[in-house]
Amino acid sequence: MTDTVSHVPRRTIPFAQEAGGALAIAALGAVGYFLFPDDLAFLTRLIGISFLVLSLDLVTGFCGIATLGHAAQFGVAAYAAGIACVRGVTDPLALLGIGIFAGTLMGLISGALIARFRGLPQLVLSIAVGQLVAALANKLQWLTGGSDGLSGISPGKVFGIYNFDMYSRTAYLFSLAVLIVVFVALTRFVRSPFGLMCRAIKDDDLRAKMIGVAVYPRLVIMYGVSGAVAGVGGALTAMSTGVVGLDSVAFERSAEVLVMLVLGGAGHLWGALAGTVIFMIFEHIVAAANPFHWMTLVGVLLIGIVVFAPRGLIEPVLSLFARFRKGRAS
Amino acid sequence: MTNLLEARNVSLAFGGLKVTNDVSFKLAAGDRVALIGPNGAGKTTLVNLITGDLAPTAGHFFMGDDDITSVSIPERVQRGLVRTFQTTRLFANLTVADNVALAVMQRKGISKRFFSSSTELPEVRAEWREILGNLGLDRLAYRKVIELAYGQQRLIELAIGLALRPKVLLLDEPAAGVPHDEAPKILDAINALPADIAVLMIEHDMDLVFKFAKRVLVLSAGRLIFEGSPKDVTADHEVRRAYLGSYADARRVD
Repeated sequence: MTDTVSHVPRRTIPFAQEAGGALAIAALGAVGYFLFPDDLAFLTRLIGISFLVLSLDLVTGFCGIATLGHAAQFGVAAYAAGIACVRGVTDPLALLGIGIFAGTLMGLISGALIARFRGLPQLVLSIAVGQLVAALANKLQWLTGGSDGLSGISPGKVFGIYNFDMYSRTAYLFSLAVLIVVFVALTRFVRSPFGLMCRAIKDDDLRAKMIGVAVYPRLVIMYGVSGAVAGVGGALTAMSTGVVGLDSVAFERSAEVLVMLVLGGAGHLWGALAGTVIFMIFEHIVAAANPFHWMTLVGVLLIGIVVFAPRGLIEPVLSLFARFRKGRAS
Repeated sequence: MTNLLEARNVSLAFGGLKVTNDVSFKLAAGDRVALIGPNGAGKTTLVNLITGDLAPTAGHFFMGDDDITSVSIPERVQRGLVRTFQTTRLFANLTVADNVALAVMQRKGISKRFFSSSTELPEVRAEWREILGNLGLDRLAYRKVIELAYGQQRLIELAIGLALRPKVLLLDEPAAGVPHDEAPKILDAINALPADIAVLMIEHDMDLVFKFAKRVLVLSAGRLIFEGSPKDVTADHEVRRAYLGSYADARRVD
């Protein structure tokens, strides 16, 4: 019984957790920037995808919604930003705003449909929504470029100063800065009353109703927030790569980010980030070493993770932390 | 005196089977009512009807003068109609403090905030600490619910109910599964409720019923067959036949 007291969160410096998160990402980002200057384009793409995984974590990890259509939010935002850029809006921050807006809208629409259901119907519906968006992106050739993709996206200077250069330095640093801002905001958001209530809904939605919570509107709002985060990733990816293809709304993208989330640990923001980093770097290295059988190796990695750390890689790390803290307290 | 809750000729039928059959009763401010009846009499079904989890096939529920029959579950809770569950339904992966704090925040209308921290907000913390303290759960505040013994979870079920500051509180077997030495805590907590709320308790433990209730409703096969004082319930012929049977001899009430 005495050990229970050690679980009391100690009074800490305000915003310590947020500052810690920001510094950790900045430090990791600096490592990437200085040690791998030739891989910045890849690392920028990694950051873009990490927004989508964080976004998926919000609905799957925190609300328990099963979805295999989450790339829709990312892709719609990428297309929106790309189309706006091709048609003359070149300010990166404005394009980011357009991406966030489109992602939010797509999130709210998807959420309004998907959050009505539970279990398998929900999963099937999420796939349907994703496929619908993918089909539209293909058919609306005059707008999206169809299967050729949308190219010629050349955004202007960031803050009117930094040009998007061919070494992706600007794109990388810009993406990293946005990631830090979004991550800090999300760290606060998931601990807010709204975020906590979402985790409660995941545990038992009837109980949530019985304390007076209107569950459905909350899930739709969460989907909107999730869409905004995915939208950030979509817009950044469109700007940094200069093209938007059908792959950004494809089913494979949705499935892949779910795998990254499970790998890292759903329900934890750090889990989402860790999953993205590990999966994409693993894929990058293995695909370069063995272009024909790399998917096999990814499969083996996944089986290993599911067998030995079914709740994601972050879980053993967290329990190690907890044990360390308990040891120090006693 | 106005009725906080009234059931008027409520029925629920599955096909030809009437699980709830023309039930009418009233709960006024200050009422302490026990709902008893043999297993399968439809007690929990009646609670599910009151809370809106099930929709009646006939009849109406009123809170005050408002017909709430078609009002949604969350809206009924916001109007002060609160229940606890017979088998605990808690937010199992959250801490005890979070479970109670969420109820507090929901009641205060601050559960939609996006950016403030939650459970440790001073006005929220003061309240859940008091509630948990009264139930002797304060030491467990930062434990996950899933790690606790069933008896302790029963108490949290009650703590959430209290945190919502109900006008009408429906307790579905609050003492079931609670270890004997902790059971008095439940009765203490119920006795400490504000005098002006109405409490309806489903309970099998007749000792608890007689200690708590000023009035007893007996449900048998979906029908209310008795309404009266606890003293009269054991004497009533129909109740003895339908429900007490052998109990009537085993437990005499003085």
